[in-house]
Amino acid sequence: MSAMRGLQPWRWIGVPMLQALVATVLFGVPLMAFGLQIPQPIFPMALAFAWAVIRPSILAPFAVLLLGLFLDVFWGGPLGLWALCLLIAYGVAFAGRSMMAGQSRLILCGWYGLATATAMVAGYLFVLLDSRSAPGPVAIAWQFVATIVLYPFSQRLIDLFEDADVRFR
Amino acid sequence: MSLRDNPLGELKVPLAWGGAVALIVAVIAAAALLLSDRRETFKAEAYGVSRKASDTVLAPVGDVLSTPGRWIGTGVGYVGDYFGAASENHDLKVQLKQMRAWRDEAIALRSENARFRTLLGLKTDPPIPMVAARIVTDSHGPFADTRLANSGSEHGVKVGNPVMSENGLVGRVIGVTDGASRILLLTDIASRTPVMIDRTNARAILTGDGGPNPRLDYLRGRDPIREGDRVLTSGDGGVLPRGLPVGVAVKGLDGRWRVVLASDRAPIDYVQIMLFQDFTQVVNLKEVSQTPTPPPTPGPGIKPVEPEAAPAGPKTDAIGAAIAKTPAPAAQAAPTPPAAKPPLAKLPVAKLPTTPGAKPQGKPDASKPTAAKPDAKADGAKAASKPTAPKSDAAKPAAGPAKPKPKTPPATDGGAA
Repeated sequence: MSAMRGLQPWRWIGVPMLQALVATVLFGVPLMAFGLQIPQPIFPMALAFAWAVIRPSILAPFAVLLLGLFLDVFWGGPLGLWALCLLIAYGVAFAGRSMMAGQSRLILCGWYGLATATAMVAGYLFVLLDSRSAPGPVAIAWQFVATIVLYPFSQRLIDLFEDADVRFR
Repeated sequence: MSLRDNPLGELKVPLAWGGAVALIVAVIAAAALLLSDRRETFKAEAYGVSRKASDTVLAPVGDVLSTPGRWIGTGVGYVGDYFGAASENHDLKVQLKQMRAWRDEAIALRSENARFRTLLGLKTDPPIPMVAARIVTDSHGPFADTRLANSGSEHGVKVGNPVMSENGLVGRVIGVTDGASRILLLTDIASRTPVMIDRTNARAILTGDGGPNPRLDYLRGRDPIREGDRVLTSGDGGVLPRGLPVGVAVKGLDGRWRVVLASDRAPIDYVQIMLFQDFTQVVNLKEVSQTPTPPPTPGPGIKPVEPEAAPAGPKTDAIGAAIAKTPAPAAQAAPTPPAAKPPLAKLPVAKLPTTPGAKPQGKPDASKPTAAKPDAKADGAKAASKPTAPKSDAAKPAAGPAKPKPKTPPATDGGAA
């Protein structure tokens, strides 16, 4: 039972969720440095990837849904857009977690990039259908780069909790 | 206790399936929310209770979090002003010399304009009241470009109100709650703004795409735009006032015309929300809707059926008479091509008037015939051909001292200039 005790939901879902929310709010402060706005990475992307890799869970998809809805409300975008995109990224990582098992960090980083890219492409298509106008690819590329940089946070979370539940080693 | 003895150890496969089912349920919920979202509409109720509640909470939080940034910005600005005072003073003197010439010309034009208005009997817009607000949160992603301002319904802000910075148009309000307003920026993917090219009066729709420079769609006419042309709001559709500075036209790397926004010249930390009411809000819709619709024209050999109660009979006749009095469509459909204005691209956009209420809604185009005067006996014709400027109380803007400007030209020095 000690393995189960090591993977309390509030530890691997609750606390990182709060941290992502705080980071998103902090990066939403209107600041300009040298005429440039600070980048706005998608912090919940790191969590969506890590949660899918750590272990299957019933709570994690709904936590991803909540995080996405928060992004939509906070950023003023279409409600459900980021929720859906993050869930797609979660689904990509979830589907490929058996292939990721035992792989190096570089491969995991590649999977993280793939999940992020899938989410961005999905967002592009959803917005294209919703507003009948194509979003600028440069803006998407910038946000993709800003989100890819967050991979170490995702890796840190995986390292902390990957072996916490022996059933899913 | 070993893993084999653990009763939960056998739950590996069910948990994996459970996770997959949870994922599908969450995806369906998110898709349903996305399909039902209508954030870009002008309906206040489309914004939703959840957004209003979150904005109410986020506005003070963002205000507190952005305070250190504002302090740092003020400090850096103070230091920069101190060290750059001499060179700035030199630049300002040069600008002042140039502006004096423009001031004299502006005074002369203002006086001339006022006389033309008096002669033509034009009704000018009343001054638009404004509300100052501070930006407290910011999002500039590819799929959403909005800002949250700390002024809301308590100051009379409504959905659709235009938002200006000191340099130009920023966007419009898409959601209002007590103490906060959500502003949809011109760069947002859902933003569509009717604009015109100042030099040629060519119309276009400014379409945001998530990037810093929104593109100009539906440009019409031969050579309607050049690099450096100023772009202003056209006022078409009555959603925005006419003449608000938007930016400068540039050719994008993708070969499309784009606009370098005037509001991007400085950080957008303080904005002015214009309590502008569009035409549909200002006009007396009740009076307009009471105008009877004329019956369809009967074909040859068909005897029209007289309605039992036909109170609108004489009115429709009067409408027909009023329509008959209007000049031939050929004369109307022959607008004079707009005279090419001198290129003003080098002028800073910030020098444009930021009080569009002082500008007439439409240009006094001599080529267009004035509306035909209705027959004095026909009430229906009166309603049909009534000028759009409202007279009743319902027609006045609700917030602000909407006093029309005096028609007599002001006695200024420019009259002699």
